[in-house]
Amino acid sequence: MAVRIQSVAVQLDSTQVLRSVDLNVAAGEWVNVIGPNGAGKTTLLRAVLGLVPFRGSIDINGLRDRRRSARARHVAYVPQTPVIPPGMLVADYVLLGRTPHRGVFAAETAGDRRIAAEVLERLDLGGFSERTVQSLSGGERQRTVLARALAQQTEVVLLDEPTTALDLGHQQDVLELVETLRRERGLTVIATLHDLTLAARYGDRVAVLSGGRIAQCGRPAEVLTVETIAQHFGAHVRVIDDPEGPVIVPASAPVPEFEAAELAVLATSKESR
Amino acid sequence: MTDARTTGSSTWAGADTALQAADLRLRQLGIGAAAVVVAAVAGLTIGPVGISAHRVALELADALPGLAFDSGLIDAHAAIVREIRLPRVVLGLLVGATLSMSGATYQAAFRNPLADPYLLGIAAGAGLGATLAITANLGDGAGAFDPVPLAAFAGGLVAVTVSYVAGHLGGRSTASLILAGIAVASFLTACQTYVLQANSDAFRRIIAWILGRIATSGWSEPALMLPYFVVTAAIVMRYRRALDVLAVGDEEAAALGVNPRRVRLVVVLAASLAAAAAVSVSGLIGFVGIIVPHTVRLAFGASNRVVLPLSVLFGGAFMVLADLVARTVLSPAELPIGVVTAFLGAPFFVLVLRTSRREVW
Repeated sequence: MAVRIQSVAVQLDSTQVLRSVDLNVAAGEWVNVIGPNGAGKTTLLRAVLGLVPFRGSIDINGLRDRRRSARARHVAYVPQTPVIPPGMLVADYVLLGRTPHRGVFAAETAGDRRIAAEVLERLDLGGFSERTVQSLSGGERQRTVLARALAQQTEVVLLDEPTTALDLGHQQDVLELVETLRRERGLTVIATLHDLTLAARYGDRVAVLSGGRIAQCGRPAEVLTVETIAQHFGAHVRVIDDPEGPVIVPASAPVPEFEAAELAVLATSKESR
Repeated sequence: MTDARTTGSSTWAGADTALQAADLRLRQLGIGAAAVVVAAVAGLTIGPVGISAHRVALELADALPGLAFDSGLIDAHAAIVREIRLPRVVLGLLVGATLSMSGATYQAAFRNPLADPYLLGIAAGAGLGATLAITANLGDGAGAFDPVPLAAFAGGLVAVTVSYVAGHLGGRSTASLILAGIAVASFLTACQTYVLQANSDAFRRIIAWILGRIATSGWSEPALMLPYFVVTAAIVMRYRRALDVLAVGDEEAAALGVNPRRVRLVVVLAASLAAAAAVSVSGLIGFVGIIVPHTVRLAFGASNRVVLPLSVLFGGAFMVLADLVARTVLSPAELPIGVVTAFLGAPFFVLVLRTSRREVW
């Protein structure tokens, strides 16, 4: 088991964000964590990264060393809205991923630079190394942030909404790339995703985070049902079966009779005016 | 020849060329060193008594241990170079280097282009300390011991400490720290204004202190500054890579295995100590801590590995040249150096801003 999350509870200020989260992710597996806004998806990732205090236990490949740098050699993070450092070149940005390996006071070794160059090449960013991160387009930036995470050479990669702010084509590009890299390198991936259809199409399992717990976890077709989505997201959807996984589309909401009656009165009064 | 690419293997497509990191290049270091040499030579040769540059060079070489040269200078001129101009140039280098380094460090630690060494109230604290010492008529030059710099130093450090503690009580973001600094600075400035109002007889001396000067009486001021500069520069330079990691924000820096708050605490304390020492010997020289690091960024790039060392060199050179202007344009009177740094620095900086194509903030 690459990541074993047991009875994890997180309290931020006075809000109990996570109550008791249990989730096991096998080595080489890709699990998408879904859930309504404010369910604590990002908080769960931050707990795995050791960025928020939590109760319970999170085990990453049996890692005993609790220091940040040790953890950063095993888990890499692609945040939802990465901070783009002003004036930093793509090469330097990707080399930041080597920080946990070289130590913060040491210079990069030739090996570090080679790894960073390989990652850039692999993500088709080879020609961008002398550009500033700021000057890249949204899709290129997202790949650059992914490149930094890959340069960390960790077994586990956490992706927080990796497709936000990307158009459909770039969403697919990024997720296909993650899938390819996962197969090539045996990466373990935990991602949060808003788009339920994408969550169904990529990855092995879907975990629904709701009420501070993992409410359901399993194959996309088992979890992504009309009932589950209505219960946890308060959304009215239709689920269309597709060979590549369920497709979730919004359905028009049923209007309660009382509300319909009032709306009808409103409509007639406007007409008569 | 087959490589990973042609065989279509799933291993990393071979990129044989390693990336170049943004380290300080020898050429950049050379340009910075040249600026220091040019400024120092100008500072040593230009003055009321004309002394040629090559004689100054020989006189300095003669002063080095193990070397003997005959500069051909008469004793009085040799004394002017060694005892009057050289200490002043060295102090200018130290103060300029310290304030620029301190500003560059604050900007990196707070990820804020407007940060300068006085962000957390050093100027206000030092100003109040100096004002109190001057109005209490302590600093009359009686004896070798001058309490004004000491009071300024203590005032500056107290202000930073209060800002840091208050900022951390109000939350842990850099914004709360900056706001605490503003509150502390406003409070101390109000205190200082009150003391100033109540002691109008000391007004001129206090204003003169605030506007700053690079004035030396022999080697005591440079000797006072040197250890602070050496120690704090060593700490800040050691953290230059950590400051580059901090550029991606606290959360991502932590995910990369760095403790951002510890890094910030160490470098801000070092930068504050350096700035307090500079302020205590030379008063409140503004603007240097902002324009020198930004000019370096615009010219050489944003990495702290480049910005920090080059800010030291260019800051020193800039201060020596500013001091040269301050003591020559109205000679024998001296302009306050704070006036010169802003008067020359502001137009120059606008020029740099307009001509640079780099985006550094």
